[in-house]
Amino acid sequence: MKRREGLAKLMGREAYVDDLTVADCLWGATVRSSCARGRIREVRFGEGFDWGEFVVVDHRDLPGENVIALIETDQPVLAAEAVRHVHEAVVLLAHADRDLLRRAVEAVEVVVEEEPPIFDFRQPPEPAQIQHGNDNVFKELKIEKGDVDKALAKAPVVVEGVFTTGAQEHVYLETQGMLAWVEDGVVTVKGSMQCPYYVQKALKLALGREDHEVRVVQAPTGGGFGGKEEFPSGIALHAALLALKAGKPVKLIYERGEDMVATTKRHPSWIRHRTAVDTKGRLLAQDIEVVLDAGAYATLSSVVLSRAVIHAAGPYHCENVRIRGRAVLTNAVPFGAFRGFGAPQSLFACERQMDRIASELTLDPVRIRRRNLIRDGEETATGQVITDGTDRLKVLDRALELSSFQHKRRAYLDFNDTHPYLRRGVGLATFLHGAGFTGSGEVYLASEVHVAGLADGKVEVRTANTEMGQGTQTVFTQLVTDRLGLKAEDVVIAEPDTARVPDSGPTVASRTTMVVGGLIEKACDDLRRRLGLGNEERGEVLTAALALWHRQHPGEELLGTAHYEPPDGIHWDDANYRGEAYGAFAWATYVAAVEVDLRTYTARVLDFVAVQEIGKVLHEVLARGQIQGGVVQGIGWALLEDFRFKDGAMANGQLTNYIIPTSDDVPPIRVAFLENPYAHGAQGAKGIGELPMDGPAPAIVNAVAAATGADPCTIPLTPERMMSVLEAREVAR
Amino acid sequence: MTKPEHRDIGFTLNGEEIRFSGTGTERLLDVLRYRLGLPGTKEGCGEGECGACTVHLDGVPVNSCLILVGQVRNRRVDTVESVAPEALVELHTSGATQCGACTPGVVMTARFVIDHPGLLERASVRQLMAGNLCRCTGYDGIIEGIAEALRQEETSP
Ligand code: FES
Ligand code: FES
Repeated sequence: MKRREGLAKLMGREAYVDDLTVADCLWGATVRSSCARGRIREVRFGEGFDWGEFVVVDHRDLPGENVIALIETDQPVLAAEAVRHVHEAVVLLAHADRDLLRRAVEAVEVVVEEEPPIFDFRQPPEPAQIQHGNDNVFKELKIEKGDVDKALAKAPVVVEGVFTTGAQEHVYLETQGMLAWVEDGVVTVKGSMQCPYYVQKALKLALGREDHEVRVVQAPTGGGFGGKEEFPSGIALHAALLALKAGKPVKLIYERGEDMVATTKRHPSWIRHRTAVDTKGRLLAQDIEVVLDAGAYATLSSVVLSRAVIHAAGPYHCENVRIRGRAVLTNAVPFGAFRGFGAPQSLFACERQMDRIASELTLDPVRIRRRNLIRDGEETATGQVITDGTDRLKVLDRALELSSFQHKRRAYLDFNDTHPYLRRGVGLATFLHGAGFTGSGEVYLASEVHVAGLADGKVEVRTANTEMGQGTQTVFTQLVTDRLGLKAEDVVIAEPDTARVPDSGPTVASRTTMVVGGLIEKACDDLRRRLGLGNEERGEVLTAALALWHRQHPGEELLGTAHYEPPDGIHWDDANYRGEAYGAFAWATYVAAVEVDLRTYTARVLDFVAVQEIGKVLHEVLARGQIQGGVVQGIGWALLEDFRFKDGAMANGQLTNYIIPTSDDVPPIRVAFLENPYAHGAQGAKGIGELPMDGPAPAIVNAVAAATGADPCTIPLTPERMMSVLEAREVAR
Repeated sequence: MTKPEHRDIGFTLNGEEIRFSGTGTERLLDVLRYRLGLPGTKEGCGEGECGACTVHLDGVPVNSCLILVGQVRNRRVDTVESVAPEALVELHTSGATQCGACTPGVVMTARFVIDHPGLLERASVRQLMAGNLCRCTGYDGIIEGIAEALRQEETSP
């Protein structure tokens, strides 16, 4: 099936929020703090503007609580007494003239009496820097099995390593934006977002309204990658507050520079491994510490940390594992959801560490993975027994074969011996990614899906899950046509609109196809049941039954429904972090071939192979596109995307100096799938959206290490860092 | 402050003669999107880095965020709205678009490459497309679509 959303996008006909024209609409804008931490003393409105012409909103205009509802309630909609980071929103303005508005924003000064900020998440805070609890720690987690200390003490070899990863900006090509208006007393926002019901929850609390008084509609969304998971709640509130005060529609669209500096980012991390191994490279103990910079507010850091620690031990079997994690406040822009959600950080450390252990023992990096990869019947760090029947060695072998790993390795040795300044290397990463919400998350979400049978014989799929480039509409359509024997044109995908669709959970965590898709299949069956049809009835029989039903029930609605029920055998102990962390894992091996230029200290990816087992591939082109896009984001994070901080704020908030990969920076990404259908996913699918973010950085950095003999443990591996690790190698010799 | 004078600026837009009344210092991108009702052209960065705003000026791709409307007087501007669906088949099939925000710009550069195969003597498709950032596809879907369209052009009489 061809991409349903494709042609409109190619023709420029897809109407994103900023493409909507609304009569008598004002533009909104945000005045922000220029100070990282302090008490707000005053807001000064400068000369030269007739401020009476502007709609001006501050925290006093909030009808409800000054809180952006999420896990915690620490983040204000608009800063009232204090600010905790540069670019925190303080005042909102609206005006019909966008140019005038831009100048007006510059003329408003937020006067702040500074207090001591903290920027280094690895240092314990001074008393004056404490802003949360008594240590600035938002969340602490621990996973433990076996006796790590004993195993470390007895082990023949212990390898230690410290790994750090930088912040990463999403750079979805469509910036954040919302349109808000009030209609028949209902506050309505339409805009770029992943999770309409998150936005609705936030609107209800801060506007002091009930469900039926706020309506949230997702506009076609130009990329999200997690950046439009929690952040849009704040913008939606800002637009709504302006619209309420103005009595007119308000469009609040971020410009690129504002979007880059003011929105959430991937969490920077500091991770330490102490690994006990025997001389053959068998893992005896993994002692891992994961620290995440959470930034100024809690956002989703506790759950990001959760995914980080659960993935930290990698796809390996080890009897003794201790993983300690914490997410720590700093006065940086809040870090939030970003594709991978903590797993890319901890898997970078894990997979880099595997190569370092191999090199310490002069073992083949493939060998050490082969030896330790989890086998069916063995347990993960949380004690989850893996029984999915996936041949993880086959995934590894396929990647080695496709990439000609061994051949390249030999050929590169010769190349490196003879070339004056280029060094080539090949590196790999084996990893896993848990699909869906962690632990009991899906149970708490209690997702619901409707499939409506319409009078004209079509069926309409109603979910709150959003299309932002992954092809959700195509996959949903395909699931319905396969299930009910209908043609694609007989399947309508409802616009995600909280007034019309049930809460089927957020579009995050690689859950949409696997979990929500599975519910769509069940709702299709329920629709058939309500028509008095058996599960084998399809196509025209169904269309005829629909028409008959509507003749007999004029004006009524026919809904097939489904609610999430956890698969059997899923038990999660949230207090001790034990049990089935995820219903399913996707498994992968990625191989990168890299060339380092010793004159310029740049690394270039020459070849990239991504092999994964993701249950069942529902749509080859879409699945491949997800992997390729994720890999290229991973290449950016590994080599190019150097997020620079100044006082906790992004100092390079422009595409001119925050560099993401162009087509010319990356090779073709060669993708292969192995299939092992997952019993509880739609048609056997497991989630894939985040997986490809995990593997590129370790594979690439391992390749750099192989090429140069250096020991890089920090990303992004920019030319400056490359120079210093190469110099450190010279010293070590 | 005296208001800058408004005047009529005439140019050919997607084959039609149009007149736009303005100071001439408006960005072509804004004029297309907000004044002339053609929102197909997107803004990704506003500073000439991303290519989402690519249009053809006298047949050559340019970033419309860097062009002032006064500069297009008596010239020919073509936007994504002028591209026929038949010209998009290969890009559609190959997975050249995901979220679609970069897509109108990608399409305009891609059409230029497809219509000027001689360019490939000096640069690869990958190099020619480097001015259009895409955060979703990883570029393979785009490159393959263009390569396929080039093959079709070659074999068609
Ligand atoms: S918007 Fe013009 S190049 Fe990015
Ligand atoms: S398709 Fe989303 S940026 Fe290219």
